[in-house]
Amino acid sequence: MGIRFVLMVNKQGQTRLAQYYEYLNIEERRTLEGEIVRKCLARNEQQCSFVEHRNYKVVYRRYASLFFLVGVDNEENELAILEFIHLLVETMDRHFGNVCELDIMFHLEKAHFMLEEMVMNGCIVETSKASILSPIQLMDKAA
Amino acid sequence: GLTPYEKKKYVWKMLYIYMLGYDVDFGHMEAVSLISAPKYPEKQVGYIVTSSLLNENHDFLRLAINTVRNDIIGRNETFQCLALTLVGNIGGREFAESLAPDVQKLLISSSCRPLVRKKAALCLLRLYRKNPDVVNVDGWSDRMAQLLDERDMGVLTSSMSLFVALVSNNHEAYWSCLPKCVKVLERLARNQDVPQEYTYYGIPSPWLQVKTMRALQYFPTVEDPNTRRSLFEVLQRVLMGTDVVKNVNKNNASHAVLFEALALVMHLDAEKEMMSQCVALLGKFIAVREPNIRYLGLENMTRMLMVADVQDIIKRHQAQIITSLKDPDISIRRRALDLLYGMCDVSNAKDIVEELLQYLSTADFAMREELSLKAAILAEKFAPDLSWYVDVILQLIDKAGDFVSDDIWFRVVQFVTNNEDLQPYAAMKAREYLDKPAIHETMVKVSAYILGEYSHLLARRPGCSPKEIFSILHEKLPTVSTSTIPILLSTYAKILMHTQPPDQDLQSQIWTIFSKYESCIDAEIQQRAVEYHALSMKGAALMDILAEMPKFPERQSPLIKKAEDSEADTAEQSAIKLRAQQQSSNALVVTDQRPANGTPPVSQLGLVKVPIMSNEDQSTAEQVVAHTNGALTIVDPQPPITPSPDLLGDLLGPLAIEGHTGIAPQSDPNMGSGFEGGTNPDALAIASVEEQTNTVQPIGNIAERFQALCLKDSGVLYEDPYIQIGIKAEWRVHHGQLVLFLGNKNIAPLNSVQALILPPSHLKMELSLVPETIPPRAQVQCPLEVINLQPSRDVAVLDFSYKFGTHMVNVKLRLPAVLNKFFQPITVTAEEFFPQWRSLSGPPLKLQEVVRGLRPMLLAEMVALFNSLRLMVCPGLDPNANNLVASTTFYSESTRAMLCLIRIETDPADRTQLRMTVASGDPTLTYELKEFIKEQLVYIPVPSRSAAPMPPQVRPTSPPNAVLDPGALLAGLL
Repeated sequence: MGIRFVLMVNKQGQTRLAQYYEYLNIEERRTLEGEIVRKCLARNEQQCSFVEHRNYKVVYRRYASLFFLVGVDNEENELAILEFIHLLVETMDRHFGNVCELDIMFHLEKAHFMLEEMVMNGCIVETSKASILSPIQLMDKAA
Repeated sequence: GLTPYEKKKYVWKMLYIYMLGYDVDFGHMEAVSLISAPKYPEKQVGYIVTSSLLNENHDFLRLAINTVRNDIIGRNETFQCLALTLVGNIGGREFAESLAPDVQKLLISSSCRPLVRKKAALCLLRLYRKNPDVVNVDGWSDRMAQLLDERDMGVLTSSMSLFVALVSNNHEAYWSCLPKCVKVLERLARNQDVPQEYTYYGIPSPWLQVKTMRALQYFPTVEDPNTRRSLFEVLQRVLMGTDVVKNVNKNNASHAVLFEALALVMHLDAEKEMMSQCVALLGKFIAVREPNIRYLGLENMTRMLMVADVQDIIKRHQAQIITSLKDPDISIRRRALDLLYGMCDVSNAKDIVEELLQYLSTADFAMREELSLKAAILAEKFAPDLSWYVDVILQLIDKAGDFVSDDIWFRVVQFVTNNEDLQPYAAMKAREYLDKPAIHETMVKVSAYILGEYSHLLARRPGCSPKEIFSILHEKLPTVSTSTIPILLSTYAKILMHTQPPDQDLQSQIWTIFSKYESCIDAEIQQRAVEYHALSMKGAALMDILAEMPKFPERQSPLIKKAEDSEADTAEQSAIKLRAQQQSSNALVVTDQRPANGTPPVSQLGLVKVPIMSNEDQSTAEQVVAHTNGALTIVDPQPPITPSPDLLGDLLGPLAIEGHTGIAPQSDPNMGSGFEGGTNPDALAIASVEEQTNTVQPIGNIAERFQALCLKDSGVLYEDPYIQIGIKAEWRVHHGQLVLFLGNKNIAPLNSVQALILPPSHLKMELSLVPETIPPRAQVQCPLEVINLQPSRDVAVLDFSYKFGTHMVNVKLRLPAVLNKFFQPITVTAEEFFPQWRSLSGPPLKLQEVVRGLRPMLLAEMVALFNSLRLMVCPGLDPNANNLVASTTFYSESTRAMLCLIRIETDPADRTQLRMTVASGDPTLTYELKEFIKEQLVYIPVPSRSAAPMPPQVRPTSPPNAVLDPGALLAGLL
């Protein structure tokens, strides 16, 4: 089914956003996040962006202090997911302007709205930044 | 009340807390109730937080289902989007049932805007995936084709995901969509009509390109020459036109497309030229500096191994791949290991396995187990000669003892035992390893075993006299754990036996050890010490008793089985799995079988000179069973080699029950293979005739069989044309020991056998392991332990299923572990009865009821019935001849032994009614017993009605498994 989860974690290992597309209970989430974050944060620039963990493949990318981790199954194209992360970052960048960790932390709902426009049930819905952002812009105008 | 702003704020805070990993079990209602808010901002928050916090089975979702439906069929587009997203993320069965048609309508509606339709596509995808039985996609190929013509890229992207799901399930129905997919791909590749917003670093939506190529991989081939030509044009352009550029993102995106194109080309089995182009590209990739590309190069090369004719080209890159095995990145090392494992064959096995062994000493701990398992499998499969195999395994144990599972050393012992030529060599090698100053315990085990059996073959060599072997082994004894000591003791006994003429000194030394361990606290060690001591006093008779171990019957390598099992957790490449499946069957077989994947015949070594026999073949199978029994009797006098049953799992596993590949070791290989060839087609013909019978009807009445078993302790519980389930029970106080006899009545094995006990709350039941396969004409016994915790009339159910040919049969059978089984009939005298009867006065300990509507029966019949229910009728206690008094003792864990007294007063004028009084020291028991007797009296086993009263319904369901076959399923819906 493609994407299983999207995580944003900072350098200290604090979760900044977590969206799952399959149900895991809180205990399973905590363990999974702990294991994956430990694995990925320990890696360096010279290593590839893919980490195999249990039955997931984690595609991750680092932007300054923030790590974007996307768990996928074997049915996904790894590089496409890697660039999808970048698309997500660019979209947030367009909205927030020079997006940083704090933007996501303090506008969690906006980050969720964007992600919701981009991914649904583990599949990519939309890749046009304008279409992704239009509902948020509408709301901002109304407010 | 809270303002809408506050509501939103607190709901988001809840989500935040949840995200940080704390359990949020409050406030869900608030989130759900926001869904029904009239304004968009609140509604949006309600939808998003609900879909993050709740799962599809949460009860609160039901509260929202109406609002969600109204939003979906309503006119407000933004509401539609929200509702569709929620259903698309967490919609379950109820949503599918009530919403699927609406969602389908939205998806194909021409009046709907793309922003709604793209969500409808993915919403439908979820509903379809979760409940394919509810969502009817019959005739959707036309609609799908229409959707693939869509101009809007958002709708196209999500429709493509839906399409992939539909095609992966049943590509046959969607042939008409194939050209459309190619069109989409052409449109993207040529960058025609792609809005700027959908080009990513100059590449027209790489995600849609990738998805489209993925979809195409679900079609086995592209037949139409025009479509094929256009497709290959596109692919060729991708393969040739992708250059490495400076911009990372552009580079990644273009390579994402390139790798997908490679996968598609491999899948389509293109012309040789294009294939070698692919391999060349991959060869380039695995050597680049960019780690992502290197990783994917290795991964795709592993996939490529499945394609014929490229193995040789891949082999040219062996050196580079071995370098990757030492890459600083574990992800890349894993891929390299997988690839090496996959590309290994006879020609390069020596190099690769030696490379793996060398790497073993420096490998990370996370990889060592996998590495040693893979090395062991490769060594076994492709050994150019057997002594090399023994070398490899011993090195493996030496270097990575902790990571070498028992299976690996069991396997080497099997080999050595089955190959006489190998025995002296193995013994010598084992002896050499013992000279090392510190060796791993597994090494002690394997060398002790081998030296025990074969050290006498070395006797003339220096340092190999029985005495020397004994003393060097005995040096290790203080360092080993209790699981190894029994093996050492066996070895000592064997050494003693082989020492001819007897050496008094050695003998007394060994006897001292035996007598020392005769009082060991470990039962296994103690027993061996006692037995060996006694046996070794017998002198010459020892020779017969401790004879050499017979050859092991051939089975599928447990290592390969293990490798297959571990696939699930290690996210390994499917290529490996496929190869393993292709090759597992012919590992270790002498015949020159042509490998299934079409590579030039690899002559597999004559590791064991025995033929494989088809297990479909009845006569052979019987022969095998007979032989195995024979073998077991030979084995019996042999002391067991390893201490506990699970440890000895493989070496002395229950041979007959597994029956995967039965082999008669002593038969002539030529005769055997001729036999196999001659009889196989017949067996297959029989099997196919059997398959045509569609439904499996039980033989006899299940309810009647159950009723009968309630009164007696052994008999048949269930029977159909393929299987018979018998039962035999022994009851003692509140314990029961049942044995289920699963008998395969046919000449083909029954597969996927599963037995699940659904015990009621008052019974504790433990079913021993039921084998997955029942060999032809074999009977398997499965003991079942029952403990009665408290009185209750509920009945345990056995959920039993198996597969025969293509049929999946599932039956739910009541188990006769009923209330009366825990009765112990007891005769009471008048002096005992009356004081008890009086002391139990009135409800709830004593209950009385007038029962009407009985099946008329004579008093004598009733007496017989009571006695068969283990309610002992005590004649003469009641002065009235029309009455009847019975007593019994009931056992359960909560009540312990409890006396039960029953009095029945019948009316000779009207046999359909009676008055019943039941008394016991436990209110529940009294009630349950009264109801139980009532049931028995009202529903005496009359075949036609007997199934009615018991709570768990018994439906002998025997449809061909619909869930697994979407075609049949859709047919059923129609």
